[in-house]
Amino acid sequence: MAKKIENVGCPFCGVCCDDLVVTVSDDGKKILEVENSCIIGSTVFHRAMSERHTLPRLRQPDGTFKEISYDEAIDYTAKVLHNAKKPLIYGFGSTNCEGMAAAAKVAEQAGAVLDNCASICHGSSFLAIFDNGYPSCTLGEVKNRADVIVYWGANPAHAHPRHMSRYSIFPRGFFTGKGHKGRKIIVIDPRHTDTAQVADIHLQVQQGHDYDLFDAFRTVVRGHDIPDVVAGVKKEQIIEAVDIMKKARFGTIFYGMGLCHSDGRNHNVDIAISLTRDLNDFTKWTIMAMRGHYNITGPGAVWSWQYGFPYCLDLTKRDIAHMNPGETSSVDLAMREEVDAFINIGTDAAAHFPIEPVKRLRKHPWITIDPHPNMATEISDLHIPVGIVGVEVPGIVYRMDNVPIQYRNVIEPPEGVPSDEELFERIYERLCELEAEDAAREPAKAAPEGARAGE
Amino acid sequence: MGELIIKNGFVFDPLQEIKGDRMDIGIKDGRIVETSALSSPKTIDAAGMAVMAGGVDVHSHVVGPKVNVGRLFRPEDKLFKSPLKRCDRMEMGFSVPSTFKTGYDYARMGYVFVNEAAMPPLHSPHVHEEIRDTPIIDNAAMPVFGNNWFTLEYLKNNEIENNAAYTAWLLRATRGFAIKVVNPGGTEAWGWGLNCESIHDPVPYFDITPAKIITGLIETNEFLGLPHSMHLHCNNLGNPGNYVDALDSFKLAEGYTAKNTFGRDQVLHMTHVQFSSYGGDSWRNIDSQTKEIMDYVNAHDNITIDIGQVTLDETTTMTADGPFEHHLRSLNNLKWANTDVELETAAGIVPYIYSPNVKVSTIQWAIGLELALYSNDLMRTFITTDHPNAGPFIRYPRVIKWLMSRAARDETMKTFKWLDRTIESTTIDSIDRELTLYEIAQMTRAGPAKALGISNIYGGLAPGMDANVAIYALNPEDMPSDPDMIENAFSRCAYLVKDGIVTVRDGEVVAEPAKRTVWVDVKVPENAQVQRDIYEHFLRHYSVGVENYQLFEANLHNPRVIEVDSTQ
Amino acid sequence: MKTVTITLANPPELYLEGQNITPDNFAGKKAAEIATLDVWEGKLKSPLGKYFTVEGEGGATAADTKIVLRGDCTRVKRIGQQMTAGEIVVEGNADMYIGGWMKGGKIHVKGNVDSFCGIGMEGGELIIDGNAGHHLGSSPRGEWRGMQGGLIRVAGDAGNDTATFINGGTIIIGGNADIHVSTHGEGGTVIIKGDAKGRVGGQMVKGDIFVYGTIEYPLPGFQLVGEVEQEVDGATARFAHYIGDLGERHPVSRGKTVYANIYTRL
Repeated sequence: MAKKIENVGCPFCGVCCDDLVVTVSDDGKKILEVENSCIIGSTVFHRAMSERHTLPRLRQPDGTFKEISYDEAIDYTAKVLHNAKKPLIYGFGSTNCEGMAAAAKVAEQAGAVLDNCASICHGSSFLAIFDNGYPSCTLGEVKNRADVIVYWGANPAHAHPRHMSRYSIFPRGFFTGKGHKGRKIIVIDPRHTDTAQVADIHLQVQQGHDYDLFDAFRTVVRGHDIPDVVAGVKKEQIIEAVDIMKKARFGTIFYGMGLCHSDGRNHNVDIAISLTRDLNDFTKWTIMAMRGHYNITGPGAVWSWQYGFPYCLDLTKRDIAHMNPGETSSVDLAMREEVDAFINIGTDAAAHFPIEPVKRLRKHPWITIDPHPNMATEISDLHIPVGIVGVEVPGIVYRMDNVPIQYRNVIEPPEGVPSDEELFERIYERLCELEAEDAAREPAKAAPEGARAGE
Repeated sequence: MGELIIKNGFVFDPLQEIKGDRMDIGIKDGRIVETSALSSPKTIDAAGMAVMAGGVDVHSHVVGPKVNVGRLFRPEDKLFKSPLKRCDRMEMGFSVPSTFKTGYDYARMGYVFVNEAAMPPLHSPHVHEEIRDTPIIDNAAMPVFGNNWFTLEYLKNNEIENNAAYTAWLLRATRGFAIKVVNPGGTEAWGWGLNCESIHDPVPYFDITPAKIITGLIETNEFLGLPHSMHLHCNNLGNPGNYVDALDSFKLAEGYTAKNTFGRDQVLHMTHVQFSSYGGDSWRNIDSQTKEIMDYVNAHDNITIDIGQVTLDETTTMTADGPFEHHLRSLNNLKWANTDVELETAAGIVPYIYSPNVKVSTIQWAIGLELALYSNDLMRTFITTDHPNAGPFIRYPRVIKWLMSRAARDETMKTFKWLDRTIESTTIDSIDRELTLYEIAQMTRAGPAKALGISNIYGGLAPGMDANVAIYALNPEDMPSDPDMIENAFSRCAYLVKDGIVTVRDGEVVAEPAKRTVWVDVKVPENAQVQRDIYEHFLRHYSVGVENYQLFEANLHNPRVIEVDSTQ
Repeated sequence: MKTVTITLANPPELYLEGQNITPDNFAGKKAAEIATLDVWEGKLKSPLGKYFTVEGEGGATAADTKIVLRGDCTRVKRIGQQMTAGEIVVEGNADMYIGGWMKGGKIHVKGNVDSFCGIGMEGGELIIDGNAGHHLGSSPRGEWRGMQGGLIRVAGDAGNDTATFINGGTIIIGGNADIHVSTHGEGGTVIIKGDAKGRVGGQMVKGDIFVYGTIEYPLPGFQLVGEVEQEVDGATARFAHYIGDLGERHPVSRGKTVYANIYTRL
């Protein structure tokens, strides 16, 4: 008898659908069917059982991999962290918060830099939030109240397949009984995307000039005149869109990489936040980042409560944490050759970073922790396989609106394969042992009095 | 766990009415025992020192989503402001400290129990993750009810029994502790950018007034017989002239008496009353109305309050009162975060600077102190700073100093730019009262524990209670002439014993005993209608499935459950 | 004034963090004591003397102390951070944060500097003969009280995000500036002798910006209000005068709305 497991969370994107039904084989080892998910989500489950390694693989002098035990891999990793002057631990887009908390403990003990995928994704949103705040809401609020939806530089039709149907455009909520019919949709994007297909208004902003367009929106909101064309958009179109936004009962701006990764980056998000602030003097408006991976919001949450910073944490001073993206961000560290060891966890830096930082990181030890082989594992010195969160390992993840979702596992990880959390806890123990050995070797060495390691 | 005897200290235990007697306190296996029950205890010499139960905080924002946004969006709150690491984990932040710093600093002040002031139910797994990472101190968290759609609908129809069944379900679903109400109705109105500015303003689309929400939740609370009372942040908070709204809200409690088996006497706890004691009708003529407020509180035994003292620091305001934070950001133009939470609540966060150079700030400072100094019953008037709203909790020792020393108040007032205007608009300068160590013990442990309904476990030193003992280097027979010594002594206790383990010595954390999550499990009769309503709302209106909404057992850390049987 | 010359003899493998290299920390110290001050290379804390040779000694106070840095300091961060007085001369390049949170004194860099130089500056002078990276004279992350005072003068070009949240003080850029100048500014003056790429004065509340060359992409929130003659950095010229950012809030002072000003040379 196959077994149906309900209320399963989807370990793909930041929409975090938690209504999947997964059918597993009688012995609980095989995933037979995934219902309710989008095609990408179902692939995550179906791919779970293929291409798996059950032992760590260490690069040999001849370039091949050799399987080693977990104890050996943990010892190797602890020593790399211990011996490096400035190791970098990066990734965490695809693991649970328990793993992130355990990794932070390791990073703090090792004196490492701790960073997550936001660094090359929505990190610019964090910078904007630092400077200007974040008037937002949960996705259920959008569903129940919103009558105007703006997608700016985001294409959920492809990147977040169920976003529009679960939360924003189509659902009928408490005050939104007419669903799609009761909502106005504005899409702002240089391309005529599939999301733009469902829009009432599509403004084709000139690529890289979103900031100028936001400035025009804000200027119109305050009743001033603007030039006839701004960022490729006609004045009348801007005035029409602003009018709709001011007359909304409840509006939400969803924005994506179009703002975060075109010229100005954080400033595009920052001025979008300013516009949201402005609109709240007239009616109710909220703004939300379209976070990518299912738990990329997680490290921002966990490390904020642990250190007060969501990403780019320089813990190398060991007594105080420092954060300054541009300096302590992974790609910048790699480009400037500031780090001398790299641990890639729950992501694929080899695929996602530009080639130059990858080359520079590769000059030093590179360890990849991931359930599956990927580009990063294949160029690593060491690959440590772990269980798949959301499939084999349960845990808490944070949806794009910062709502925690409790994920279940539907099958067990392959025998002997640990979770990220267990792995990091064991690395932590080994690190402490190495430090104790060091201390024993130099018992008389007192810490020199010095000025404070500052920011 | 072994035995311990704390010898020769001056013991202050208001729950037993012990007023500074020289006595020994025995500890065995994590509990307080008669000293005669000890066989070979280790000794702590507390001669010349004040011995109290571990501190109990009735209201503090320490864990959860809005606290964390406060941390996240204020990197400048860490820059050059964080102390160097000296415990297991780094301690980052000033006004919104990291979870680790929160636990360590409370312990250094001799506190053992902190009640998180507002938990958005949808975010309960987040709250419990942060509780896990807050070392040493025991935590409880109060889910917010005052703008919850279930609550509004049941109370609109006078369905107290249904509301009680729902409340019991939600307390269990979130592993929550008590009924918290923030700007009843007003936060729901904020969903449309609106507010309920008085208790009679109807809530848009819900056909109910804040007054009815307040009385309905008092009735629900007493129907269930919960340990704590309904815990209210009232309407129109933070605005000139709002003492009227506070009095109106107090009056709603008239005629209700506490029904519970936990030793609690009040039916309404009104929190951070400093923010609700303003006269005048604008920021120009705002003044103190603490006399009116405290005359009422002194005359009504079924109310407790905490003060919400302004500490004159740069801090971070955060509350489920969404419209208030929106208003605040229009006053100071600083960054503003907001999160509206579907069907339940909202939250706003804005940095704020309480400056001795700003008249409103110094008037607020005076108002908080006046509340305490006018109180006739300090078992019903508690020290808080509504952390971090009026100031960070690490300033409690400074608040204690101000309350215990007229000279300390005068010293602080000398720094005020608008001293004359502050004196004109308040009565602080006419008050000579200086509180005693016994009264401080009432305000910081015995009183809050009683009001929270946990005075059988926390807040006192009677045999059988948890062995939580704070020892301060203050000799009641020879109090220091320099009031700063009072602040120092309360900032870094000489000893904290938590669960029988010496946790702090000479102001430094020396051990990290396991912390607990305290929650309330209420047994109610089966209620098919409420079950159906829950099913419907989750099916149609929530964005999360009901099975995933309820906290998984694995995500609850070291629980201590308080059971209530309302079916009896 | 006494001079301490430190020469980077053993360059770090990675980068050095030299926040102790300030007249404040060198004052009253002999060479041997200065050599024991802490510097950091990643998590490795070492005495300064491990990397630098030290000659001379500090004056009695910071104001009496001059520090000369020789050798290639391209990979030395935080020189002169939080200094209050005295002088620093860097003979070549310097890395990030030079003059960060500086309160007084003078820093002269003969080469280029990287990003975050002069951030959070309150007073003093920071002179760069070469180019500056990004975030010159900006505010630290999340801090709305940006540059409060002092002077930053860069002979060459500056990167993006110059003078974010500027509140006071003056920044003079001899060459061009990349995007975002004085974003969120609420005071102070930025003078760009060359061209500005765009987003000049976005979300700006108060303060002045002078651009001698062109602004490639002016913002729609700025409006031309007239022409003025103005003395800038010792020379008088005619400028077109724009006010804005009209999309942003603006205070009212004595019944008049206060705007930020952009002046472009005619």
